[in-house]
Amino acid sequence: MLDIKRFLLTTALFFVVLLNTEILFAQTIDLFAMQDAQDKKDTKDKTDIVTATFKTTRLINGQSIENVGRGILDVKISHRFGTLNSGAYNLFGLDNASMRMGVDYGITDRLMVGAGRSTYQKQFDAFLKYRIIRQSTGKRYMPFSVSYAASIALRTLDDPNANTIQKWYTDRLSYTHQLIIASKLNDFTSLQVMPTLIHYNSVPLAKNPNDLISVGVGFRERLSKRVNLTGEYYNQVTQLEGYFNSLSFGLDIETGGHVFQFHVSNSTGMTDKTFITETTGQWEKGDIHFGFNIARVFTVKKKKEIN
Amino acid sequence: MKRILLSFLILALSASAIQAQKLFATKKGQLKFNATGGVEAIAAVNNQVDSKMVDKTGQIVFSVLIKGFKFDNQLMEDHFNENYLESTKFPKADFKGFILNAASIDFSKDGKHNITAEGTLTIHNVAQKVSVPGTLTIADGKLSVMASFKIKIKDYGVTGLYIGDKIAPDAEIVLNCKYD
Repeated sequence: MLDIKRFLLTTALFFVVLLNTEILFAQTIDLFAMQDAQDKKDTKDKTDIVTATFKTTRLINGQSIENVGRGILDVKISHRFGTLNSGAYNLFGLDNASMRMGVDYGITDRLMVGAGRSTYQKQFDAFLKYRIIRQSTGKRYMPFSVSYAASIALRTLDDPNANTIQKWYTDRLSYTHQLIIASKLNDFTSLQVMPTLIHYNSVPLAKNPNDLISVGVGFRERLSKRVNLTGEYYNQVTQLEGYFNSLSFGLDIETGGHVFQFHVSNSTGMTDKTFITETTGQWEKGDIHFGFNIARVFTVKKKKEIN
Repeated sequence: MKRILLSFLILALSASAIQAQKLFATKKGQLKFNATGGVEAIAAVNNQVDSKMVDKTGQIVFSVLIKGFKFDNQLMEDHFNENYLESTKFPKADFKGFILNAASIDFSKDGKHNITAEGTLTIHNVAQKVSVPGTLTIADGKLSVMASFKIKIKDYGVTGLYIGDKIAPDAEIVLNCKYD
């Protein structure tokens, strides 16, 4: 009698427990809740690298913090027209154009190189740019990005005094070293500061220093999904006589696979040393050049797994 | 009475063992998408799909980071993130649902099963009810899920130039997850 009672009690308990465990398990493995919890955790634990601080690798004349991606070849053709104040006879500068043709290539996601030829002073130039620090949010918080850019420019335009003064082709060389510090404040605004050192192998006068220091500042402000306003200004700390600080404003217009940059500037040249230290135009006198950069990217190295 | 409690405990343990649901998970699933509308290929791959599923209930979730989609063209990737999917505002896309015919699948045996998953697909912070066909394969006790389906880009509030032109109105999604 007692055994039957005990048996019944145990069986009843068994079913109660069974029921309970089932409910318990249904609650434990709820993937939806698990996923929500993980999402919250991920935002804290993952580092998210900030991208698209600027729209392309050039702010206007100078370098921006951006690099082209690994295996991407970027062909750039840039034009600067004559000055606005040259009158209707020259169609406000459009009759005169200075051009730079160049190619940029991304060796790694952090390192890019480029080379170009400008009609202005018949210059050849080459540069490299390396991303040292990348702005990020999440687990590793970094409020800004830092890149180092170095360029070399060779002026091949015949010098009228060549027979008397110049002896070596190295006299025509100049070098630029630049630190680029940039921060994307939000989806709309990015800022950039560029301390710059330019070294001339040969300067016009003996009293001129060979090393010139400048500090550049730049910004990007998003106007719409496709249009960004940009600005760039270089303040020369030490400078050659007769030259002015470069000031430019531009619009970056995104058209599918490429970015079209349209701008106004008081600089004609497009190599670092030319627009930073050899800007001849003055805004207040109307020495303003219209200009544009067009770029077309080609994928040299494809990521295999996509197609 | 002590004996009753003991048997109660043993029974409870064995009961839970019988009822245990198995959780399958991976963080390395693959998801490809293709929205080529013109000459230029608009395609990307994400190799960090996070997915979990429970055998008994058929409950299944997928989660991807939008920034994890890799394109051949860096600029296209930037546009995808900034102008179309707005990944800083909406960093993830996910699917939460159930495999409808999970109960009819014997997870202890090798085999290939046609499945239908029904649930909520959230992209760009817009949730849509979807029903997706796929296959579930069990080989050597390892589980994998494959699916291929199309989604209408406009259904998820994604706007921008070229949709319906260079960018196809429907994106083709191919999913392949091997669970640990």
